[in-house]
Amino acid sequence: MKKKKNTQKIKKEEPAVPPQEQTTSRRSFFRRTWRWLALLAGAELTYMGLSFLGAGRKKEKKKTEGNFTDIASVTEIPKGSVFPYRSGRLYVCHLEDDGFIAVSLVCTHLGCSIDWDKDKGEFLCPCHHSMFDIRGEVLNPPATRPLDYYPLKIENGRILVDLGHPVKRKHFSKSQETYA
Amino acid sequence: MANKTNFILHLHPEQLPASTLRYTHTFGLGGMAALLILLQIVTGILLRFVYVPSPVQAYDSILFLEQEVPFGQFVRNIHHLGGVLLMIVAFLHLLRVFFTGAFHPPVRSGNWVIGLTMFLLILFSNFTGYLMPWDQLSYWAVTVVTSMLGYIPVIGSSVTEWVRGGSEVNATTLLTFFNFHTAILPLTLIILMAFHFWRVRRAGGVIPPRPGGRTGDTRQVNTVPHLVVRELAVALVLLAVIFILALFLDAPLRERANPAYSPNPAKAPWYFMGIQEMLMHFHPLLGAILLPLTFLTFLYYLPWINYSPRKQGVPFYSDKGKKMALVSAGIALLLTPLLIIADEYWIHFNQWMPSLPLFISDGIFPLILYTLIFAGYLFWMKKKYTPAPSETVQAVFVFFLITYTVLSLTGIFFRGPGMMLMWPWKI
Repeated sequence: MKKKKNTQKIKKEEPAVPPQEQTTSRRSFFRRTWRWLALLAGAELTYMGLSFLGAGRKKEKKKTEGNFTDIASVTEIPKGSVFPYRSGRLYVCHLEDDGFIAVSLVCTHLGCSIDWDKDKGEFLCPCHHSMFDIRGEVLNPPATRPLDYYPLKIENGRILVDLGHPVKRKHFSKSQETYA
Repeated sequence: MANKTNFILHLHPEQLPASTLRYTHTFGLGGMAALLILLQIVTGILLRFVYVPSPVQAYDSILFLEQEVPFGQFVRNIHHLGGVLLMIVAFLHLLRVFFTGAFHPPVRSGNWVIGLTMFLLILFSNFTGYLMPWDQLSYWAVTVVTSMLGYIPVIGSSVTEWVRGGSEVNATTLLTFFNFHTAILPLTLIILMAFHFWRVRRAGGVIPPRPGGRTGDTRQVNTVPHLVVRELAVALVLLAVIFILALFLDAPLRERANPAYSPNPAKAPWYFMGIQEMLMHFHPLLGAILLPLTFLTFLYYLPWINYSPRKQGVPFYSDKGKKMALVSAGIALLLTPLLIIADEYWIHFNQWMPSLPLFISDGIFPLILYTLIFAGYLFWMKKKYTPAPSETVQAVFVFFLITYTVLSLTGIFFRGPGMMLMWPWKI
């Protein structure tokens, strides 16, 4: 490395140009211009590359909003039990106070799908043994926050869920429930 | 013949010290890793002719490969086995370089960094390849590992979503992983490999086993044939072993991926099981992000720690260093299972202090407890052996190495349904 530097220095000293002229010389002007152009070209290519790669990733977000899917009839789900809707990756839960809530079956710890333990009345994650109650609140870590829930409405005794918009939450609250 | 020799001399010097030829000095691990990368590229190209990287067709194309394509199962087995062996061989190579002190600045530190980076690339190659079969095993392993990224503070969930190309593992994830697995990672690896080899040559070849070697042998011998026949022998034995094993060990393939049901238990790939096991004991931010990052930083920084005396080519630095390494290994071997069992059955900070945030009760408290135990070990070692810095660094390295190994083995063999601790034969 050191050798190279030395040779460069010698080269620089070769042209006997007075210093004040050297600073504004054509050579240094072009050198600076090339540098900026290279930077610009780099930025352009990066932008093009990122937009190209980003295109495939935006599809997910364009899902139609407020698209409610008919899941089940209110009468199908007895109080204190849950109705699995595996293809939509959620459970519809009928709580003790007669409210309904649709909770995601994706464990908030590392994304495994949770199972409902009928006898104990709680959700259990097979990956790291996180437990959730019927409202989706954490009973046992390692999960650190409650299960996501989905917007739910009840029309003519049918339960409709907006599958495209899971909602993150820190705690369960009554406002997340829907009553028949 | 002259041409062949010339080509070999691109990689190797014309002559080399006879003392470096002894197999147990390097175990030929670097060369084995290079050969395995070549083998992965060849078998990978073959597999690309059959494999279709889309969720609908991926699994069927693997079934077609195994059932219809002549030697399809065999080629897949070689590729799977080669990937596993590459991880192991590359890691052993890293250990060999560490324990013979072949990573010191200014000559070899740069190559340590390149080598470590290549090891990470091999890890990512393995991981991206893991998703390809699109079966229950691969789908949920990738779900679990990409979810770990979600615990990076602030940007975590967007990072996960970006890596997956959606909120869950989907077609975009598969296509992205396929591109990384078959183009970006292999290309980067090949470029870095060339760089790695060149820097080994510039450093004067592999590190000689102390001046003149154990026998005081200072002879120089010709690379052709002395080194080349040895390399060829190792290569042939390695290939033979892989081909024979590939006849009998079929690469795993479970049921088709089903995003609605995770298998019980759902485990990460084996090389990430140590991290998954840590998640059983620490808050995810610590277990999945901060602790692994700390250890990785330690590995990258290793060449620039103050070593004195700095000895190169001497395995384990000294007899004292060897003894300390053994004692550290023993302590880690006993301590880690004890702590795992204690945490599993008796230590429950979050239940004792339910009002505290989980990051404190499940993260900070266990970390403090572990740090205290570790400090105790370090203090005791320093008092008993009064070691030189190089011997301490080596002992600590061994301590963490064995700890991670025990964590991995626990996760792989001792965790059954619901990730409960149990004996392997009862799972």
